[in-house]
Amino acid sequence: MTSRTLITLAAMALLAVLPPVFYFTGNAFWLDLATRLVILAIAAVSLNLILGYGGLVSFGHAAYVGLGAYAVGIPAYHWLYGGLEHLGLATTSGLVQIPLAMAVCALFALVTGAICLRTKGVYFIMITMAFAQMVYYAIVSVEEYGGDDGLVIDTRSELPGVSLDDPLQLFGLAYVSLVAAMLIVRMITRSRFGMVLRGAKGNAERVQMMGLNPYAYRLTAYVISGAMAGYAGALLGNFTTFISPEMMDWTRSGELMFMVILGGASTTGGPVLGAAAFIILEEVLSHFTIYWHLPFGLLLIAVVLFTRGGLMGMFGGRK
Amino acid sequence: MDTSLLIIQTLNGLQLGLLLFLVASGLTLVFGILDFVNLAHASLYMIGAFVCASLTYLVGNFFLAVVLALPVTAALGWAVERFVARPLYARDHLDHVLATFGLILVFDTAAHLIWGPEGIAVPLPEAFQGQLALSETLVIPTFRLVIIAAGLAAAGGLYWMVTFTRLGMLIRAGASNRTMVAALGINIELLFGLVFALGAALAGLAGMLIAPITEASIGMGNQVIITAFVVIIVGGIGSMKGAFIAALLIGLIDTLGRSFLDDIFKLVMSPDAAENSAPAISAMLIYIIMACVLALKPQGLFPPKVR
Repeated sequence: MTSRTLITLAAMALLAVLPPVFYFTGNAFWLDLATRLVILAIAAVSLNLILGYGGLVSFGHAAYVGLGAYAVGIPAYHWLYGGLEHLGLATTSGLVQIPLAMAVCALFALVTGAICLRTKGVYFIMITMAFAQMVYYAIVSVEEYGGDDGLVIDTRSELPGVSLDDPLQLFGLAYVSLVAAMLIVRMITRSRFGMVLRGAKGNAERVQMMGLNPYAYRLTAYVISGAMAGYAGALLGNFTTFISPEMMDWTRSGELMFMVILGGASTTGGPVLGAAAFIILEEVLSHFTIYWHLPFGLLLIAVVLFTRGGLMGMFGGRK
Repeated sequence: MDTSLLIIQTLNGLQLGLLLFLVASGLTLVFGILDFVNLAHASLYMIGAFVCASLTYLVGNFFLAVVLALPVTAALGWAVERFVARPLYARDHLDHVLATFGLILVFDTAAHLIWGPEGIAVPLPEAFQGQLALSETLVIPTFRLVIIAAGLAAAGGLYWMVTFTRLGMLIRAGASNRTMVAALGINIELLFGLVFALGAALAGLAGMLIAPITEASIGMGNQVIITAFVVIIVGGIGSMKGAFIAALLIGLIDTLGRSFLDDIFKLVMSPDAAENSAPAISAMLIYIIMACVLALKPQGLFPPKVR
């Protein structure tokens, strides 16, 4: 077992044990923090699939998280206030909301990815951000769903066998989902499909010369990643019970990228470590000063300037 | 649709377009020559607005404040180049994006620390408080014309500098082949620093010009930076001509879309549907334009010849 695998397993074990322990000792706050951490980690893991392994710097990933959250919020809104019954979309059933979140995000990723992937480099970075901004402004201007005030939905998704109103069960679901997401990404990247994707990151021409079409592989990965981020968004909507366009602000996309890079791109555990470091830093710094963005920004710059390979890079291993 | 409103909104669009050009020109200059993605570019726009606002109260004259604030933003741009950008030139764009994203947080919070959470309003200089009445229904605030004139002057000056001066020649040469320029004995680091400072000053100028109309506020750059990126991407990254045309195009489309899209929609759909969809579509319009341009021409409208 490499040191990286050990670190990842240790981090995941800590993440599984500590929050419930805190919870039972009367410290519900830490469970809350851990739940947010785990949900954002799922989004970071999904971003890592295309950013880390695919070399596709998507600067609009928060849009998928936001869309996923709205896929929970909008049906619940109609269930509360009427409308859309004929489509079967006025519901609080998670069995409708979660697949809806993933389907909407997969579709959005398919359509926008088809256009974005025609471009390269900084054009790709910016066009992914532009599409995210489009969604952002679309949601902001729909006053029915609260516009930029967002939606307060006080009812969570109903799932068979799990009650999301119980913070411990919500955390459990998020945690299991994170493990599943990590395993899925690990499986994908070690498959033949993943090898082509990673090959195209290094040298797209060579992949093409082998008779494979990098575009198709990238688009597929883009769609998978979008759907996964949508799932994270559905969980986030359930967790916060407050869904606002702010979730998909472009700075949120920047934060997701930071998590992936901070933890270590193209590693299984990196995005989780990155998300953990991010959330903990945010918590600690904001505890000391309302100006916590200042040290946070400086730290971000320092991480980019002085570390290579993120936190995972410190533990050696390949590369 | 009445004509005077159309004329006023066209002028407003022109004004927005020229402000966007001031921001986008620095962005495209830095990207074209240095191959550096600077998300924090519009932070200088914000800082420019704040410094100018403070100086206006200090010296009591808006124009003197602008003249004094310009070197401040230029110096800040130079510092950004020296301490953040320079070590990152050899890295990929992802690192640029992340580091300058960090810079945005730093600048926004620093502005918060120095000037407080509230914005600062800048009084309009007395000489330009008036309005120009072209007809009974057609009045244009003089200051808007000043902005348009300043934007055009800056664009003209930039064109003159890039095309006819030695500095401009070096900038163009640096854009084509920086190693060659360095080999000719040019101090390339100094040149890069100057380019950064120039871009910062232009962005700062845009912020100073807009401050009397809106006000200096935290995060004002974060909206502009995205639009400026749309501009340089539509225009073709690194192309000054592209930035100019795209800036005017985006400025006009955005402004006119917001005022007339519902009227246009009413021609083809029910008034209700038009009222409901127009705000959403007009807010997304520039991004839709950008997506369409990139779908057809992935390099933008005027891709620079050497890349």
